[in-house]
Amino acid sequence: MPEIIKNGQVHADEWTVLRLAADEDAAGAGLPAGRVIVPLAVWLARREALLPLAEAGVLGVWLAGSDDPAALAGDLPRLQLIAVDFPKFVDGRGYSIAALLRSRYGYGGELRAIGEVLRDQFFYMKRCGFDSMQPPAGRYTHAQLEAALASLRTFSEPYQGAVDVAEPLFRRRPHPAPAKEKA
Amino acid sequence: MYRYDEYDQHIVDERVAQYADQTARYLAGELGEDEFRPLRLQNGLYIQRHAPMLRIAVPYGNLRAEQLRMFAHIARTYDHGYGHFTTRQNLQYNWPKLEDVPEILRLLASVQMHAIQTSGNCIRNVTSDPFAGVAADELIDPRPWCEIVRQWSTFHPEFAYLPRKFKIAVNGAAEDRAAIQIHDIGLDLRRDAGGNVGFRVLVGGGLGRTPILGEEVASFVPWQQILNYCEAVLRVYNLHGRRDNAYKARIKILVKALGVEEFARQVEAEFVHLKDGPSTLTQAEIDRVAGRFTDPELAPLPPDEDYRARLADDKGFANWARRNVRGHQLSGYASVVLSLKKPGIAPGDITAEQFDAVADLCERHAQGEVRVLHEQNLAFASVREADLYDLWQQLRTLGLATPNIGLLTDIISCPGGDFCSLANAKSIPIALAIQDRFDDLDYLHDIGELELNISGCMNACGHHHVGHIGVLGVDKSGEEWYQVTIGGAQGENASLGKVIGPSFAAAEMPDVVESLIRSYVDNRNEGESFVDTVRRLGIEPFKTRVYAERASRQEERKTAHA
Ligand code: HEM
Ligand code: SF4
Repeated sequence: MPEIIKNGQVHADEWTVLRLAADEDAAGAGLPAGRVIVPLAVWLARREALLPLAEAGVLGVWLAGSDDPAALAGDLPRLQLIAVDFPKFVDGRGYSIAALLRSRYGYGGELRAIGEVLRDQFFYMKRCGFDSMQPPAGRYTHAQLEAALASLRTFSEPYQGAVDVAEPLFRRRPHPAPAKEKA
Repeated sequence: MYRYDEYDQHIVDERVAQYADQTARYLAGELGEDEFRPLRLQNGLYIQRHAPMLRIAVPYGNLRAEQLRMFAHIARTYDHGYGHFTTRQNLQYNWPKLEDVPEILRLLASVQMHAIQTSGNCIRNVTSDPFAGVAADELIDPRPWCEIVRQWSTFHPEFAYLPRKFKIAVNGAAEDRAAIQIHDIGLDLRRDAGGNVGFRVLVGGGLGRTPILGEEVASFVPWQQILNYCEAVLRVYNLHGRRDNAYKARIKILVKALGVEEFARQVEAEFVHLKDGPSTLTQAEIDRVAGRFTDPELAPLPPDEDYRARLADDKGFANWARRNVRGHQLSGYASVVLSLKKPGIAPGDITAEQFDAVADLCERHAQGEVRVLHEQNLAFASVREADLYDLWQQLRTLGLATPNIGLLTDIISCPGGDFCSLANAKSIPIALAIQDRFDDLDYLHDIGELELNISGCMNACGHHHVGHIGVLGVDKSGEEWYQVTIGGAQGENASLGKVIGPSFAAAEMPDVVESLIRSYVDNRNEGESFVDTVRRLGIEPFKTRVYAERASRQEERKTAHA
């Protein structure tokens, strides 16, 4: 079974990500058996039929970098898993999408990074609100994935606020400002 | 200048560890070439012509003596004994080995320096007025604001993988020495009618293959909200900037495509949600950051009589003072520009020995501090008038007192084909040939203010579009040619130069510049600068003269060979 990082640990994972072929119709595409994460287009085309699966916790939705998370705003309380796709690991739209889902729309379920997800991105992903990261199948061995957990903690006190810690460092500092040093 | 606190130091130390681990995983084959590239770029490491090129951040151009000494040490140990200052106020080494970079970063961290985000598609080093804090025309000191933006942008998790590079500049003076119109975001500090501090925000400036001047998207953002506002701009860009074509990925293309009104509307829609959020700045934070700028308190001094007497009876000193010494907020002090444009030396190059000597000099005469200009020169911000003569003599022995600041031979140039693998043509030899032609100081002074900028390709690292004379290396069927523009300018009246016509061979360039200068000298009004003459007359008379003289030179050569 493939492994992912979830809540700071390595986990076996039973979800399948459905990706449509270029000519495949969202309304008609077959769903694989078991837990499945469907593209936004499939969700929007068959929302009524899929809602019970989502509410039962066996269906999630994934967003592409070009998708507007506002399209899911009304459904967020019913979804237990949303994934955001990174078509290339240098495509940073997913960070903003995650931040919007968490902070603007208040999504509280599992938020998963899928696609070209590398350990060197984990820290930023966590900060933007992802609580699970799914590297491409076979990219890391179990041991490498265990080692990669360290990447979640690369920086102990980041400067700016983000989703995980909303307050920037200047609001978190324990001590009042030091007096002006005289040179 | 700003001194790190324990948090700042910790972040830089953690970066050193992170990058050492990434390099090790790359060398072990665990990280692929394509995977490692963006990581090393965000650490300033390019793979270049001779070796990797390492770009070190000089935040808003401020340096201390101990940092200069570290530059000297790194230059000696890991490079060929010199470094190169860039138009982005940073320092580059051209020869370090990839394997040595973690150790170089460790050394840098020991003097509160790093190479974070000096390259790659992220928010780059913040740039500013090199005379911040001392300029006579300053309205508000931009340095604390630069530092606040630096901290906010350092490892910003949402904006580390933008569509393209992103550059922010801050100006706080009447004259714009930070070139804010050619940055992705230009922040202009100002006061509203009630005396409150805020920012005029320009977005969408940049050079490269599509040069565009930034446009105003907000006339006044109160200081408390500036990070929220920048966050809104970056988020719109991150989500909607083009990613299909690297040449169309800069924010300037998005601003143009949407139109500045629509772009500003989208930013405003985003800003509504961020306004007054946790990133809203507090007075306590501004005071804290400002308090870490350990400027000595200088007391005004009476104007120095000796200095004035020396000016009257030493022509060499007077020449230097006229070009390289600038006014200061305080009486009895001046700012001094160290010219890195000595004839025969690549613009912006500095040796390890010079680094060490400048470190000594700034400790003796300039509170241990140095500034980097985007014109690829250095400056001492505050020197007592009484010290100027002594300082001048020492700078002269170091080869740093060429009295050419703002003159034709103060050439801005990218490294071009000698170092850069993207180049279409060489830049440095062109700069040197022009400097060589104009070696008469009196003539140079007579020509007056003239900025000549050279880039080896359309990436425009030498800012050629905004040079009064701009030179661009172009490739014509495998040969190196140079296209010339005139009428560009930086600063508050920034403009993009216009191409005068077909390009020239390298050997013609000094003649071409000479034709342009002669045309100016013949046409100028009393006291009029080169660029103002171009603005008044248009490019036509210059163009005609350049190509007519070129034709007659070619004719002469034919006759001589006949
Ligand atoms: C030698 C290695 C270098 C490489 C590979 C390099 C690469 C590039 C590229 C690709 C661009 C265009 C980016 C774009 O428009 O999206 C660019 C722009 C620029 N670079 Fe460099 N560069 C190098 C060195 C330098 C140096 C030495 C300087 C300063 C002397 C410099 C300063 C700049 C500036 C000012 C721009 C224009 C910024 C703008 O478009 O707004 N670069 N560089
Ligand atoms: S302008 Fe071109 S040649 Fe010059 S440094 Fe930049 S990329 Fe290289």
